[in-house]
Amino acid sequence: MNKNITIQVCMGTGGIAAGGSEVLAAFESLMREKNIPAEFKKECSMHKVGCRGLCAKDVLVDIITDDRRTIYQYIKPEMVERIIDEHVVGGNPVSEWEVAEDYHKFHEKQVKVVLSDCGNIDPEDINAYIAVDGYKAVEKVFASMTPEEVIDIMKKSGLRGRGGAGFPTGVKWEACRKAEAGQKYIICNADEGDPGAFMDRAVIEGNPHAVIEGMVVGAYAIGASKGYVYIRAEYPLAVERLKKAIKDARERGFIGKNILGKGFDFDIKIKLGAGAFVCGEETALIASIEGQRGMPRAKPPFPVHRGLWGKPTVINNVETLANIPYIIKKGHEWFSSYGTEKSKGTKVFALTGKIKNSGLIEVPMGITLKEIIYDIGGGIENGKALKAVQTGGPSGGCITTDMLDITMDYESLARVGSIVGSGGMIVLDEDDCMVNVAKYFLQFTQSESCGKCVPCRIGTKRLLEIMDRITKGAGRQGDIELLEKLSSDIKAASLCGLGQTAPNPVLSTIKYFREEYDAHLQGKCPAKACREMLTYHIIEEFCKGCGACLRACPAGAITGEKKKPHKIAPEICIKCGACFDVCKFKAVGKE
Amino acid sequence: MEKRLQGLIEDFKKNEGNIISLLQETQEAFGYIPEEAIYRFSHELDIPASNFFGVATFYSQFYLNPRGKNIITACCGTACHVKGSDRIISSLKREFSLTGEQNTTEDKKFTLEQVACVGACSIAPVVIINKKVYGKMNSDKMAKELKALKEGEDE
Repeated sequence: MNKNITIQVCMGTGGIAAGGSEVLAAFESLMREKNIPAEFKKECSMHKVGCRGLCAKDVLVDIITDDRRTIYQYIKPEMVERIIDEHVVGGNPVSEWEVAEDYHKFHEKQVKVVLSDCGNIDPEDINAYIAVDGYKAVEKVFASMTPEEVIDIMKKSGLRGRGGAGFPTGVKWEACRKAEAGQKYIICNADEGDPGAFMDRAVIEGNPHAVIEGMVVGAYAIGASKGYVYIRAEYPLAVERLKKAIKDARERGFIGKNILGKGFDFDIKIKLGAGAFVCGEETALIASIEGQRGMPRAKPPFPVHRGLWGKPTVINNVETLANIPYIIKKGHEWFSSYGTEKSKGTKVFALTGKIKNSGLIEVPMGITLKEIIYDIGGGIENGKALKAVQTGGPSGGCITTDMLDITMDYESLARVGSIVGSGGMIVLDEDDCMVNVAKYFLQFTQSESCGKCVPCRIGTKRLLEIMDRITKGAGRQGDIELLEKLSSDIKAASLCGLGQTAPNPVLSTIKYFREEYDAHLQGKCPAKACREMLTYHIIEEFCKGCGACLRACPAGAITGEKKKPHKIAPEICIKCGACFDVCKFKAVGKE
Repeated sequence: MEKRLQGLIEDFKKNEGNIISLLQETQEAFGYIPEEAIYRFSHELDIPASNFFGVATFYSQFYLNPRGKNIITACCGTACHVKGSDRIISSLKREFSLTGEQNTTEDKKFTLEQVACVGACSIAPVVIINKKVYGKMNSDKMAKELKALKEGEDE
């Protein structure tokens, strides 16, 4: 029988959705039931871990024995018994349930800094974090460094803000350090609003103490005694784990009064966001913490001079903060050895969409898109052809298949009209309509526009109306030029980043996929994705006459007898696509 | 209700609270923000009611009307969008006979909500039913869950 066994069950949001809690409970109850000797049970620890990236294969379970780690995928509670009998007790891994080569390939080219402890430690146990040298960075700066020395290391490391704008963190800290004030604040921006990006959630769920530690180091560097974490209420698990982590850190004296006996006070409060994308913008976020409508104001003055309650304030993103303990512990040379000349370190991307290995990846800046898509991501799902990769979410743009050798860093992406942004990376295939995707992002920004400035409030609305008629087959000649003109005006005149970047998805798709816009103006959606432009019909040879479409049709446009091919009356059809969705026999065609 | 409102008002005064937290707590207590609560806060705290309405209508988290007993939240993030979340949403709307802006069924049993992104993109499309996250959703799985919910209702 094996000794020293650790059982780890992946329980991020993805893991729990796939049944992680039930799997862990099954391990616990079966280990109790199965008359396994007490001295063995003592040697065997079971705990949950945060996300290790490949949520598509959840529930992932690790069994770590003295000499090796075995990783199982797609584990269900009913599979647990066999794993215990054959592997934990018997010592023979159940090889058919182990992860395959694609799991290892997914991890091979990644370099994990921010995510290095995510998925390996129990996020709800401060001792687990301390065991992997957690809070050593706080100890180091308090024992041997001046705030100026900390700032100097941050500047030399080349770390830039990971929330989207890419502003050098050390420079921001220095400006706030130099601002004269009795009270200063540090805020962690965990209002991860970009649809399609979830690294901040995963970091907080998987390793909340790293974020807290980064905040303590930052607070020491700028001289702040109070900190806030502004976090989305849509992330309940992250909020819960963060609350516990703050409480535990306070009990251990890593935050609170007189930290580590060095006479420095710093404490952290959680502020729950109330659901407004614009609150990712610094001044809007500050307004929201103050309890007001989250609307941005003109800058300067910048928050480092006039921020929360009018006091100097540094706002750093979750991923940025989570980098800091590792930079302090391992040195700026180590950190800046990764990346390109101007973009240092690693970046976490949320690789999603039509990709085989969809998940959270951390790669050195400067890796090529091709490596991400084909080596890490394993290529496109269902044997379809890659069409484009959208980065930077609603503020970003797309990268086409002939640019796959592009390197992932702030400068290269800006050159092609996209951005790193917060790290959303959505893979689109031949079935995706680029006009529709651009409209999707615009719908998002338009509804999230706070309404304070006219170019954004009205401009995005008008843009959306034009996009809407184009995708409904009612586009007019000259619409594309109108989109371009309006877009450049909105970009130039909007108050904050939301409006200034909102037209990017439109401009970028016009630039690289103009032929799709032209086709829409001529009444065709080449990808057959814009519903209103299609006509639906029944393919008689496939139709089994099951009646599913007839029952689903809200307009009563479908007729037919049981077990005989049905018919759609085009003059009644409202083009909702319900018949296409419900047909199990692929008997509904669209043109 | 009277007692709970008074409690919230006292907490607010004691802890130098702010409008957002007060409304969040109110919503937690009642499931939505009753209009009379706002007038009460305004009167007791000497803050214009418009400030409360301003905040309540600005943030998507706040509801000024009661919601259904079961809350179904469909994620509309980018990954969910390209994987067909709009088909799930329109079938749910048909299922619940919801039209236009309406999102709660007549019998107040179901509320259908849409959220920008819940950050579970790897398992898109995602639907949250009464706070439990379901990944890789499709119309069959959705129908099964709805059936279970409705049966629970009838018991």
